[in-house]
Amino acid sequence: MSTVTEGTVADGTAPASTVAPSTRSPLQRLRGWVSKHLVMGLGALILVYMFVPIAVVVMMSFNDNSKSRNVYAFKHFTLDNWTHPCKPNGMCDAVVKSVEIGLLATLVATIIGTLAAFALVRHRFAGRSFANLIIFLPMASPEIVMGSSLLALFVSSGFGGRLGFWTIFIAHVMFCLSFVIVTVKARLGGLDDNLEQAAMDLYATESQTFWRVTFPLVLPGVMAAALLSFSLSFDDFIITNLNAGQNVTFPMFVWGAAQRGVPMQVNVIGTVMFVVAIALVLGGEARNRRQARALAR
Amino acid sequence: MAAGQEKGRFTGYWLIAPAAIWLGLFFVVPFYSLLSTSLYDPEGSVLTGYKVTFHVQNFSQAIQDYWHPMVRSLWYAGLATLICLVLGYVLAYAIAFKGGRWRNLLLVLVIAPFFTSFLVRTLSWKLILADDGFIVNSLQAVHLLGQDGRLLATPVAVIAGLTYNFLPFMVLPLYASLEKIDIRLVEASSDLYASPARGFFKVTWPLSLPGVVAGTLLTFIPAAGDYINATLLGSPNQRMVGNVIQDLFTTTGDYAAAGALSVILMAVIVAMVMVWVRTSGTEDLV
Repeated sequence: MSTVTEGTVADGTAPASTVAPSTRSPLQRLRGWVSKHLVMGLGALILVYMFVPIAVVVMMSFNDNSKSRNVYAFKHFTLDNWTHPCKPNGMCDAVVKSVEIGLLATLVATIIGTLAAFALVRHRFAGRSFANLIIFLPMASPEIVMGSSLLALFVSSGFGGRLGFWTIFIAHVMFCLSFVIVTVKARLGGLDDNLEQAAMDLYATESQTFWRVTFPLVLPGVMAAALLSFSLSFDDFIITNLNAGQNVTFPMFVWGAAQRGVPMQVNVIGTVMFVVAIALVLGGEARNRRQARALAR
Repeated sequence: MAAGQEKGRFTGYWLIAPAAIWLGLFFVVPFYSLLSTSLYDPEGSVLTGYKVTFHVQNFSQAIQDYWHPMVRSLWYAGLATLICLVLGYVLAYAIAFKGGRWRNLLLVLVIAPFFTSFLVRTLSWKLILADDGFIVNSLQAVHLLGQDGRLLATPVAVIAGLTYNFLPFMVLPLYASLEKIDIRLVEASSDLYASPARGFFKVTWPLSLPGVVAGTLLTFIPAAGDYINATLLGSPNQRMVGNVIQDLFTTTGDYAAAGALSVILMAVIVAMVMVWVRTSGTEDLV
């Protein structure tokens, strides 16, 4: 009797599961097991489904299709695509252009977006809810509409002939901004302001408090926002395609190649992007955990 | 002290000014340009220039010419959103309630596939759904698909592509609202003899509605404007409204029609969003 009570205290399900085998038939037990693990199993299946195309991309980066006209089939294993990634005409130029635009747009969007997030969380001013609405809207507008609006603006203000690097840059900062602001705002909103109060109590000046306490705490959010905006910028096709003029970014290269037959090196770039992003995310997570552990000590 | 307050009163404006100016100039003003473009005299061209003549017929003409791709876009996006909701809910639920200490890692896994390029991912679906590929052959073997049946260049492929590409936009907001649910509320419902299904529909589902609304919007809106999936996985028979707008702007150079069609798309989406938010917000949450 006493053991049963102990079991109930330690784990509510324990007594039921120790009694069940003797009273339930195997079929019922199977049913119980399935319904208990159904959600987890389905969730795992969906997660696998999300990785199937990635597996295909990685696999195709080792594909030798030089002797075949059918691009959409795995023929022979080769390392050529990895050793000669720049073989397809213009692909690496496109990648470089995308990286340049991505870095510059990320830098600008992250800085002005972080400032705006501080304004929205830490300061009261007229028009705050209106500002929040304007920040939300770009995330809720179809890209084709934003892209064509920008094109209409550029053309009607006489920049129709000068579409290129800077018009792409302007567009990318515009759509990255909202994501930066939302990400940094979430981090700022979750901050414990007791830490800042403590710094002030210990006679830190306002700027010391900011740079030694507030900023390091917000930094992970800022880094996440920067990573997000770089990948949004690097990946964008619809808005870029409308405002690029003669410039070719990596997604535009892939789009053009898709009409003729995609060189397998495209998959090398896809694989590299995936690996780099994962490494950055996991590295950041590991750093956060180390810091948390160091703080706890 | 007074100086400090004075300074404090204006810092908010200074901090938000750069972002506000950028979004104002390159997000809000362009809508005005788009609106005036949609009222251009269609007789003009990129070379000779356009005149704003309040040519409202552009709208009726655009609806008449392109209502097929428009309806098709909404239909495909709606179906993809529904499938995303089912898949995304199961995944978000599993992570939020069964993920334990692996939750953060699992969330990273949800986003991870989307760091490879959108176009490269979509092309990889083209390979998966190819005519002599594993999936088509299997479906033919069990007679779900005729011997010369195919998936590419059908609505199935386009909807599958849309579903795949926008799934994380569904999972993340759903997870955010499911994670906040106090598990004791669900336990209380079962203490009060509610069946698990009843507990789900009376407790979990209503509490997750903000996530459902946010997720469906973030999936439906980009899916309705997308044309990448329709082009790479479909055929001209699956042309969506995004294809038409893109072609009118870049290939045909018919800015007036393209502008009008963009404005119509935006208006339709805003109307649908308002109806959806209102019905889901008031009737179910009360």
